[in-house]
Amino acid sequence: MLEIKDLHAGIDGNEILKGINLTVNKGEIHAIMGPNGSGKSTLAKVLAGHPAYQVTKGEVLYEGKDLLALAPDERARSGIFMAFQYPIEVPGVSNAQFLRLAYNEKRKHLGEEELDPLEFKDLLKERAKVVEMDASFMTRSVNDGFSGGEKKRNEILQMAVLEPKLAVLDETDSGLDIDALRIVAGGVNQLHNANNAVILVTHYQRLLDYIVPQFVHVLANGRIAKEGGKELALELEQKGYDWLKAAPDSNGAGAGVN
Amino acid sequence: MSTAELLSQQEYKYGFVTDIESDVIPRGLTEDTIRLIVAKKNEPDWMLEFRLKAYRHWLTMTEPKHWPNISYPDINYQDVIYYSAPKRKASLASLDEVDPELLRTFEKLGIPLTEQKQLANVAVDAVFDSVSVATTYKEKLKKHGVIFCSFTEAIRDYPDLVKKYLGSVVPTNDNFFAALNSAVFSDGSFCFIPKGVRCPMELSTYFRINNSESGQFERTLIIAEEGSHVSYLEGCTAPKFDKNQLHAAVVELVALDDAQIKYSTVQNWYAGDEEGVGGIYNFVTKRGKCAGRNSKISWTQVETGSAITWKYPSCILQGDNSIGEFYSVALTNHAQQADTGTKMIHLGKNTRSTIISKGIAAGKSNNSYRGLVKVMPKAEGARNYTQCDSMLIGSNSGANTFPYIEVMNNSSSVEHEASTSKISEEQLFYLQQRGISQEDAVSLIINGFCKDVFLQLPMEFAVEAQRLLGLKLEGSVG
Repeated sequence: MLEIKDLHAGIDGNEILKGINLTVNKGEIHAIMGPNGSGKSTLAKVLAGHPAYQVTKGEVLYEGKDLLALAPDERARSGIFMAFQYPIEVPGVSNAQFLRLAYNEKRKHLGEEELDPLEFKDLLKERAKVVEMDASFMTRSVNDGFSGGEKKRNEILQMAVLEPKLAVLDETDSGLDIDALRIVAGGVNQLHNANNAVILVTHYQRLLDYIVPQFVHVLANGRIAKEGGKELALELEQKGYDWLKAAPDSNGAGAGVN
Repeated sequence: MSTAELLSQQEYKYGFVTDIESDVIPRGLTEDTIRLIVAKKNEPDWMLEFRLKAYRHWLTMTEPKHWPNISYPDINYQDVIYYSAPKRKASLASLDEVDPELLRTFEKLGIPLTEQKQLANVAVDAVFDSVSVATTYKEKLKKHGVIFCSFTEAIRDYPDLVKKYLGSVVPTNDNFFAALNSAVFSDGSFCFIPKGVRCPMELSTYFRINNSESGQFERTLIIAEEGSHVSYLEGCTAPKFDKNQLHAAVVELVALDDAQIKYSTVQNWYAGDEEGVGGIYNFVTKRGKCAGRNSKISWTQVETGSAITWKYPSCILQGDNSIGEFYSVALTNHAQQADTGTKMIHLGKNTRSTIISKGIAAGKSNNSYRGLVKVMPKAEGARNYTQCDSMLIGSNSGANTFPYIEVMNNSSSVEHEASTSKISEEQLFYLQQRGISQEDAVSLIINGFCKDVFLQLPMEFAVEAQRLLGLKLEGSVG
């Protein structure tokens, strides 16, 4: 589904990703871990097409096509979803209005008929159960006045509505208390199936107790420094990230994992 | 594609010119010009006196060029044509006599006037250059006692009403542009809602400037008698010309006891090109008087056009418990300049006013809110709430807020809130990441920003306004 080959990217001329190789197949869950500043969030934003980041080398194939040639909205419509670490507020635009617009854009892209507000309301009500959100969230402005936890749940609600093929969750666990974490993780688990894939970007192992990845990739200094299964996350929990910084570049050797 | 390229592709779809033979008087303004207009329109002596009085005031006045936050080259008032009318217009008994070219023009503008195609539930007075060419649903309205006609007809058929109220809210010497209008106004709309009548349909006037050399000076007078209700809509467009055209209108509203007037405007005059060449100078005086107890006047405006907008729809809250409202969206792009806002003058006890202003500035435009809240000594218990929000798009536009607050008693409360924001790259990226195109994302953010105002517009107008804002901003981000 997704093939990242020797990806170099940065912002304002500073190279942050220095040659990432990663393959993600349908049905898989991958965790991208690493210390602050290692490039985890940059990778997520580059995949989503954030305009501030420039790709300087390498390629990304999504369903066999050049992902980097697509505008952010085109990527979204073709099934890539990013849950934001800091979801943005859009005052005056109701959650329902925003979600319907986004949902209908996707339907148009697929050549399907758009849903009218009433039809969409029913769908939204159904999907909202995934993150235990009630109807009052739908009439409130997008993320406006939402608590940190509500914003993160709202991200997963959007994921539930848009049903992406590839979901990239950028630090979705940050700032969540244990109840909110359980709800958010439960939502992701309900939405994950054999036909889609999830990339979890996270600093902490904690999230991985709830959403269990098959693959863990550890980023350090813009490269994948170590790869393994779920147990690698536990090892990191015990040892921290410092030992990795000294470790030699294992990106080439690790490429065979997938 | 660059922003500039995108913008240049954006069409002002109302920019066409109608080829029609007009009755045009020579340029310039003297007392003789006024006599000529009066003669052409076959007006009674009291109108001539009204006009001459205004003209003589005007000669003593100076153009308000210094206090508004706008700049433009000097206007040579002797180079303006003060009367231009499509020929063949005498007094029309029915729409069948209207020049088909004019009917086609209005149809092209989305305002069909012929019986079969008239808009359901909206009566329209169509004003072309200086004169009203047609008014729909006149007879139906008459059955309810509602008078809706051109100003020319009102002077002829209802002289007592006109005499009583004309200039009662905006006196002839009120300001430079109002005085000029009073001297030379050629037509406009008149409406009268009798006691206790709820006007059965929306009333509207559609203003169209066609002549490149003439000014448009129209007058609107709305009188709502005790306990009556009316909702009035106003729309405006003009062709694209390289020269600027002057538009100086006066609107007067009078609401008696328990009456309500809701006045909505979607202003889409030609705004000039990217460099600021051409476009309408929109210098307009709009004022309503809540003369009676418990009366209410509500202004809602969506200002998207004109090279320059100078406009402050105001309320004089004279009757006790009367209510004034002002809801405004002013959008400027390219080289447009807007200095707009309101005045709320509290005279009566327990009078209330609400001001919600949303200014959006894109391109290298300049957008100012200017508002006065004045509470007089006898206006005990008066309340005002003002909220002024500005949104900047790009880094070359400017927004300003000039609030003036004068309170002369201590039982009143006045609240003022203001904010300035910017559409951020992050906000756009967020919406785009959900599959929404950049242009739709800008529209969505802007419409969210303006929501409090759009909620006040009649349904069809709200849809039109949202579409218009999207169109005006196309390509202005990115």
